[in-house]
Formats: sequence, C-alpha cells, structure tokens
Amino acid sequence: MTEPSKRDAAGSRLRDVRRGCVTLRELTVAYRERVAVEAVSGVFAAGSLTAIVGANGAGKTTLLHAIAGLVAPRRGSIEIAGVEAPLGFAYLPQSDSIDRDFPISVLEFAALGGWARIGALGRVPPELRSRSMNALQAVGLDELAGRMLGELSVGQFRRALFARVIVQEAAIVLLDEPFASVDAATSDDLLRLVQRWHGEGRTVIVALHDLEQVLAIFPETLLLARKAIAWGETATALTPENLVEAGLAAPPRGPGPRLRLAMPS
Amino acid sequence: MSLWSTLVAPFSEFAFMRSALVACMALAVASGPLGTLLLLRRMGLVGDVLSHAVMPGAAVGFALAGSALAVLSVGGLFTGIAVVLLMILGTRFGAQREDASLAAFYFASIGVGVLIVSLRGTNLDLMHVLLGTVLAIDVPALVLIVAIASVVLAVLALIFRPLAIQSFDPAFLRTTGGGDSAYRTIFLGLVVLDLVAGLQAFGTLLAGVPLLLPAAAARCWAQRIGPLVGLSIGFGMAAGYAGLLASYHLNVPSGPAIACSAAIVYAVSALVPASRVLLTAFDATRPT
Repeated sequence: MTEPSKRDAAGSRLRDVRRGCVTLRELTVAYRERVAVEAVSGVFAAGSLTAIVGANGAGKTTLLHAIAGLVAPRRGSIEIAGVEAPLGFAYLPQSDSIDRDFPISVLEFAALGGWARIGALGRVPPELRSRSMNALQAVGLDELAGRMLGELSVGQFRRALFARVIVQEAAIVLLDEPFASVDAATSDDLLRLVQRWHGEGRTVIVALHDLEQVLAIFPETLLLARKAIAWGETATALTPENLVEAGLAAPPRGPGPRLRLAMPS
Repeated sequence: MSLWSTLVAPFSEFAFMRSALVACMALAVASGPLGTLLLLRRMGLVGDVLSHAVMPGAAVGFALAGSALAVLSVGGLFTGIAVVLLMILGTRFGAQREDASLAAFYFASIGVGVLIVSLRGTNLDLMHVLLGTVLAIDVPALVLIVAIASVVLAVLALIFRPLAIQSFDPAFLRTTGGGDSAYRTIFLGLVVLDLVAGLQAFGTLLAGVPLLLPAAAARCWAQRIGPLVGLSIGFGMAAGYAGLLASYHLNVPSGPAIACSAAIVYAVSALVPASRVLLTAFDATRPT
C-alpha cells in the first residue's frame, strides 16, 4: 500500500539510494544490567562501506540491532537521514534466528523482500516475480527457485538471504556476520555483491571477523570493544595498538603479520 | 442397517445432531488456518495452555449463573485474554523462560477452575465444563460459534501475510514494517476466541482438539501453506462428522468421540512419512 511516488520504480529508488546516512550520538545499548554498546558516536556516511570489527561479545550484533530498530537505545540517539524507516532498511541477521522449516519456496522467500512495499493487503505487483528471479540469478540460486527453503544447504541459504536483501532495494544495508560458516566460493560471491551494493551508492554496514577481508574490501572500519576503539579509514583504524586494545591481537613486538598485508590500491 | 440410516439418518432425524454438526463444521473452518499457523510458530503447547486458561473464567461464570453459555463464554474470554497478556508481559519483563511460566499457567488454571466449579456444582457439572456438551448446543450457542468463527476467519484473512512472516522470521517483520507485538497479541487473541467458541462443544480439556490435531495431521501430507490450511479444515470436518456418528451409534460421549476420531486421523497421517521411508527402503533393496 505505498503511495504512487514510491511505486514508480527506478527513478525514485535511485534517488532513495544515495541518501542513507546513519548518525550515532553517544549511543549506549544495554540488556538489563549488562551494557553491550557504550557511548559510541560517529557517522556512517551516505554511500559508505564500513566493517564493524571486534571480538566475540564486543557489541557488533547489538549495534546492528540498534540501528535496525530491534532494540531501543538506553542513552544517546540514532539518527537516520534520507530514508523512510521500513522501506530504507535491509537487515540480514545471523541466520540461526530464522526457522527454516517454514513451508516457503526459495523464490517466495526472495520475494518477501518486496513485502514492506506491498503490505498486508496490497496486490503483489507482477514485476516482483521477475525482480525476485533476477535476484536469485545474481546469487546463483535461480535453478533452485522452486525448492523449499528447508532443503537448502547453509551456504545456499545465505545466498537466499542475500537475494532477499537485493529485492528489498534498501538504501541502508546491515549485514550481521554474513560470511560465517560458508565456504570460500560462497563468501567470495557474496563479497562481490556487497561491493556491487557499495558501487550502487547504498550505505553498507557489515559485522565480520575476517581481518583480511576487511583490509582488502572495506574502505572504513569501526573497531568495537563495547566502546568504539577506532572509527575511520580502515588503514588508520586497524593499527596494532588498536587491535590489541580491542582484544583481537596479542601485544606484538613490531607490527603483526596481518598488518603487512597488501592494502587495496 | 442401510448406508443411509448409518451415515445420514442421525442428522436428518434429530435437530440436536444437526446443530452439533454445524458447530463442528464452523469450528473446523476457523480452527484449520489458525491451528496451521499455531503449529508453524511451534506454539502447539501454547494453544493447549490457553484452552485451560479459559477455564477459571468459565468456572466463575458457571458459579454465578449456572450453565448459561453467554456468561461462561464471557468469563472464559476474560481469563483467556488475561493469560495472553500475562504471557506477553512475562516474556518481555520476567526472569522466567516462556515454558516455565506456561507450565505454571496450565496447572493454576485447571486447579482454580475445578475448585470453583466444585464449590457450586456437582460432579456432572464439572464433567460438562471439562468435556463439553456438543449435543446440547442450542440456536443461540450455534449463532455464537458461527459468529466467532467468522470473525476469526475475517481477521486472519486481513493479517495473514504478516502472521506468516512473523511465524518464521520475526526480526524481518520488525525491521520491515513493525507491528510485531501487535500481530502477536491479535493472533493469541484469535486463538482464545476460537477456544471460547469451542468451549460449549468440547469443554476446556478438549477445546484445543479442533485447533491442533487436524493441523498436525495435515503437516504429514502437505508441504505448502495453502494445502496445509485446506487439509486442516477437511480433517477437522471429517473428525467432527465421524465422531458425532460414533457417539450416536455407540452411545458414547460426543466430545471425547470427536477427539478420538481426530486422534485416529492424526495417527494414520503420522504413518504416511513412515510408510514413505519404508517404501524407499523397499525400493532400494530391489535389484535394478
């Protein structure tokens, strides 16, 4: 049930795409007594591609939840400029939060990405099917479109989740550990999609572990250990001292081996 | 004894049998989609607990006004909704996990309900509250049941998409449109309404039968949500019809007879996947 202005496809969507800017001001999130994210301030600029890096329990998932509106801040604020909340977001959770036994086909699952624009009663637009097929093709699942979701392997399911994000056509894309427990081929394919979204001007925020991937692909990094240890250009954020402070490296003598990796040109 | 006199005559001859049949059909139509969603949400036991949650209110209604259906229903609706709200508050703010508080609600409801009925009534009254009297359904009761079934169907039709999404990926619903807890509350409210409709026919012990057993049986046959809903309704109707017939011919209580025929449908259905496994194993042993 969207207004006509939002429904008339490409033009308006492109305008949507360049505006997703997320500003955190002294953001603190807590579950009961436990503070998970503390006093984080900064800006995910429109069109930026940022990695959130940190040890287990550093607050990466919590921070994404807060931005996605799944948990309310205890203190501070999150300001999202340029997009309307439900339409502008695509949030990809760690996949164990989804009940994969639900009787739905892969194609239907991808098409759910269009749900926010259609609503509970709106007619399903005919082009949604072709958009969903295209999305499945982009993630290499088009031949499995008719399969049930529960029949997919872990890696295939992750691809299906990415297809749904494609169909959402959101200005801000939040990915939580999207490459965890998938094989190298899958994570390479999915990483290329992330880069494509970045190229299209979407604001992409990814929580992940693999520092080599971060150094190779992500221009910006937020290094998190409940508080923000560093936030900025990846090369300046991931210094040996910062990594030690974030609990991601042992106190080194000289620069650690990971940091001598070739930087992206 | 001809086929006609076995299968049709009980209903053509006796108005109370016709009323009971219509009540069973209406309950089956509303409970099919509702029960399917309930099971897809892995909330089968919640349905069971809610059917007992209806009891204390119904018992208070009974103690105040005898077995007047309207009072029983309003009372049952009241405690059912109260327990839904407590459940939602409990999972949001409480320290207990949901299953622990569900168990508490379950036993508290039965205990309090039976106590209240025993204070005022006889053992026979207690049996009626616990097991229902589907053969004693009069026109006002029938109107109430059909009206509730219609409301349940209409609301389900309006919010089926979000309910389906919520049942397997609630985080997605919350990030793409919200209304998460509103849908959850409405859904549980519908379950309580449906259970209240089944109260007079099946009593508080068996009110969950049309809700859960046909839907559980359907899951053995169908993969997709449309056929699941259709089969649930069909199984519910078949169990109601067969149970009423058995109750008539064998002179046994009707509510438990319907429950038993629903259980038989489920048992046979549960053998379907097993038989498929056997067939596959058999095929594998044959020389090719």
